Amino acid sequence: MKNMFSFPALIGETSLGLVKNVGQWGVFSLSALAGAVHIRQLFPKVLQNIHFIGFKSLNIIILVAFFTGMVLGLQGYYTLIKFSAEGMLGVAVALSLVRELGPVLTAIMLIGRAGSSISAEIGIMRISEQIDALTTMNIDPVRYLVTPKMLASFICFPLLTAVFDCVGILGGYFSSMLLSSRSGIFFSKIQSSLLLEDVTGGFVKSFVFSFIVITISCYCGYFTHLNQASAGAQGVSNSTTSAVVQSCVYVLIADYIITSFLM
Amino acid sequence: MNTAPLIQIQNLCKSFHGRVILQDANLDIHRNQITAIIGKSGVGKSVLVKHIIGLIDADSGDIIFDGQPYSRMDRKAFSAIKNRCSYMFQHNALFDSMTVFENIALPLQEKFALNKTEIADKVNARIAQLELTEVAHMYPKQISGGMQKRVALARALITEPEIIFFDEPTAGLDPIRKKTVFSMIHRYHEQLNFTAVIITHDIPDIFYIAHTVHILDNGRIVFSGTPVDLEQSGDPELYSYTHGHEMLVDELTGLHNRVSLNQKLDALLGALDNGEHLAVSTVRIAGLRMVMDFRGNLLAHALIKNIAKCVRGLVAKSGCAGTFSHEVLVAAARTTDPSVLATHATALSRFFNSEAIQEFCAENRLHVEIGGILATTGDTASSAIQNALAMSKKCI
Repeated sequence: MKNMFSFPALIGETSLGLVKNVGQWGVFSLSALAGAVHIRQLFPKVLQNIHFIGFKSLNIIILVAFFTGMVLGLQGYYTLIKFSAEGMLGVAVALSLVRELGPVLTAIMLIGRAGSSISAEIGIMRISEQIDALTTMNIDPVRYLVTPKMLASFICFPLLTAVFDCVGILGGYFSSMLLSSRSGIFFSKIQSSLLLEDVTGGFVKSFVFSFIVITISCYCGYFTHLNQASAGAQGVSNSTTSAVVQSCVYVLIADYIITSFLM
Repeated sequence: MNTAPLIQIQNLCKSFHGRVILQDANLDIHRNQITAIIGKSGVGKSVLVKHIIGLIDADSGDIIFDGQPYSRMDRKAFSAIKNRCSYMFQHNALFDSMTVFENIALPLQEKFALNKTEIADKVNARIAQLELTEVAHMYPKQISGGMQKRVALARALITEPEIIFFDEPTAGLDPIRKKTVFSMIHRYHEQLNFTAVIITHDIPDIFYIAHTVHILDNGRIVFSGTPVDLEQSGDPELYSYTHGHEMLVDELTGLHNRVSLNQKLDALLGALDNGEHLAVSTVRIAGLRMVMDFRGNLLAHALIKNIAKCVRGLVAKSGCAGTFSHEVLVAAARTTDPSVLATHATALSRFFNSEAIQEFCAENRLHVEIGGILATTGDTASSAIQNALAMSKKCI
């Protein structure tokens, strides 16, 4: 009898847990957004976070973007040559990067580099009572810890996406130079085919991704103590893993939804 | 002058995952006083105080702060209360990515409209006061546990709050630093007249600075009163809190402490059968207190441990042996044979006449007197012991 009810109970329990988590995440994210009214006071912290999320991620973004562009150039060339359309390589590389790969890969690289680190940092602050200490000092921990990171990511994600796009296109061009003697038309085709809507769409995506990545990373770290299955260092480790996995999944889901609206 | 309690905790209940921590806890904290909350480890002292500062929400019950109940308080009013408070965490809760200076300066930077110079002046003054100047530029992980404690204390005091909660401020400190921390709290309290709530295990040190003591046990406050009230209380449960350090000695010697000895003797006297007596023998070691004060407790304890073996050997399971004071040991046994008293006296004399004990007593100028009486049902523990002491004869 007990087994008969256990499966529906499990579904109910999971659904309720999910709804509760989404609600809590929503309130948490809105609180962080609301904290942005104190931007003047938070400005030094926003700059620190721009340095951490943006500047320190620049090397890895450039490296990944360059090789992504090269691979796109290589794959695109061998596909397009079958249709004698290798002249369209620049357009193929640019559109793929600007519309899709630029925002998504930038977001995924930033999840790995900054998101995991932010989640672990806030998680450790939680288990070592540093967040409680802020509360007792009557300093809003969400405003103090999350809002500057959110504002910094709103600035860094689109900028790094732009860098990714540009470096990726250069990588594609480098590939085309190695493969074809007609690499000169690479940029002229991009100029004639790439529309402003494509660029805007990519930035819209990167802006949405920044919100998703930063709120999920901070949320997972902030509520580390509520994870009943594990505590202490293991709890922080689980929160970090959870932040990375959830951010990646929600970025891809959001990517599909935004793309379907933009198309 | 407002004599109403500043904080009233009323019927507070809290459970974690089905484990009851607080059950109808009631407690008053008076303004401008030092209030100590003591209790065994893990009974929920920190949980109780964290309710006041808003870190934990109660399952039921209420907290009334300056006449305003938390249950009917809006966020703004609660925020105003938090601005009046400061909290020093048991494990310090220092920001590990900030230097000592930045840790102490944080509350001033975030809550007050002060310029950099004003903040630096205030922080440097506090740093100098707490002898932290040399480590001001270091990170918390680079300094010792005792120093971290002092940084946490400096951070709690920097805003000169009206109410400060100290969660085990002396945990992990050496005895000298412990005394420094307590005297510092006492000194600041006299200067600034704040309300202090101290959770501590440092007994009896805390009794010298606290105005009120609350004991938390089994989720409830089992004692509220002044340290003197607590010391004078005859409750054996409370005795373990006030004389915890002596309890260890009692466990090592196997002797009952004063309160428990009195209770046991009263029980034995009340249970005497017709024709039965309680043979009460006393050993008074005059000068033992002087040995404790001037030559050390350990030396005195070594002697008591040896005497305890002899005294315990005199009484059967139905009897009892204990310490009536620092200098008086008592052995009592139920008997129908009045000659038992003489047997006890002979055994004790034999022990004290041994060469080693004689030498020890001579060296430390100790004088031993042995006494005894046959107490009956009408006697009380105290009168029986006093009578036995009155019958004492010099042995050494």
